[in-house]
Amino acid sequence: MNTYMKNESNVAMKLHYDISKDDFSRAGEASSKIKNMLRQLAIEANILRRIAIATYEAEINLVIHSLGGTIDVYIKPDCIEIYVEDVGPGIENIELAMTKGFSTATAVAREMGFGAGMGLPNMEKVSDEFIIESTIGVGTQIKMVVTY
Amino acid sequence: MFVNELIGKYGFKHLSGENVDRKIENAYSCDLLSWVMAKGKHDTAWITVQTHNNILAVASLLDFACIIIPEGIKVEQEILDKANEQEVVILSTELDAFEIFKILYEAGVK
Ligand SMILES: Nc1ncnc2c1ncn2[C@@H]1O[C@H](COP(=O)(O)OP(=O)(O)OP(=O)(O)O)[C@@H](O)[C@H]1O
Ligand SMILES: [Mg+2]
Repeated sequence: MNTYMKNESNVAMKLHYDISKDDFSRAGEASSKIKNMLRQLAIEANILRRIAIATYEAEINLVIHSLGGTIDVYIKPDCIEIYVEDVGPGIENIELAMTKGFSTATAVAREMGFGAGMGLPNMEKVSDEFIIESTIGVGTQIKMVVTY
Repeated sequence: MFVNELIGKYGFKHLSGENVDRKIENAYSCDLLSWVMAKGKHDTAWITVQTHNNILAVASLLDFACIIIPEGIKVEQEILDKANEQEVVILSTELDAFEIFKILYEAGVK
């Protein structure tokens, strides 16, 4: 099985974003910035859309479920790699978390329209490569690759 | 159908965003954001009762034509300011989702 590791080869450009927990008012900002940057690089609409979905869902999960984390985007000649890391609390059962409809979102988050339990499945669906690893008390790491 | 027809012909209120010359190709209604992320197509008129700033990210990331807030629900000025910044068109109307769908359908969104 593939394990989570940043692939530093052939990186043309790197983007880095810090995402704070519970910062609903800024949630979505990083993914919007990533999309705008990639649009300027004339990346094709269909690829842009997949990256927008992947980064948005990752960003919202960091805000809602994690204690805070980071999103790194590696722009490469043949693909875009997205690395999402947080500092906890970790996911107990990854298979369950990946199931459509499973959510531990709070009532407050659900009222805002989060908590459909579709974020992780969406991320996997739009990625050509998807790796998720998590350790309780340590954190969660996700790698997503979208190939042109 | 174009966004500005909803304003001019059907009396929808224009709350934010300048680009009302856009064509509406699709219509969709859902208030679960990651569901919308999974299903939303480009140039969609998206009907939602959510009025917090995250609808702006969804609409702009997916290149929606406009957001329509139904049933006279109010949107706070702070959100409209952000929508203007992010160039997201928001309309509102007293009509409910079904009435809005009828208008879109009859105007050729199919
Ligand atoms: N970074 C994370 N840290 C800890 N738990 C997480 C993290 N990301 C996801 N989870 C867990 O996995 C569950 C499923 O995540 P997923 O994104 O699929 O759905 P959701 O965020 O609950 O709802 P939606 O994304 O549809 O708004 C979450 O409810 C949460 O329990
Ligand atoms: Mg989620």
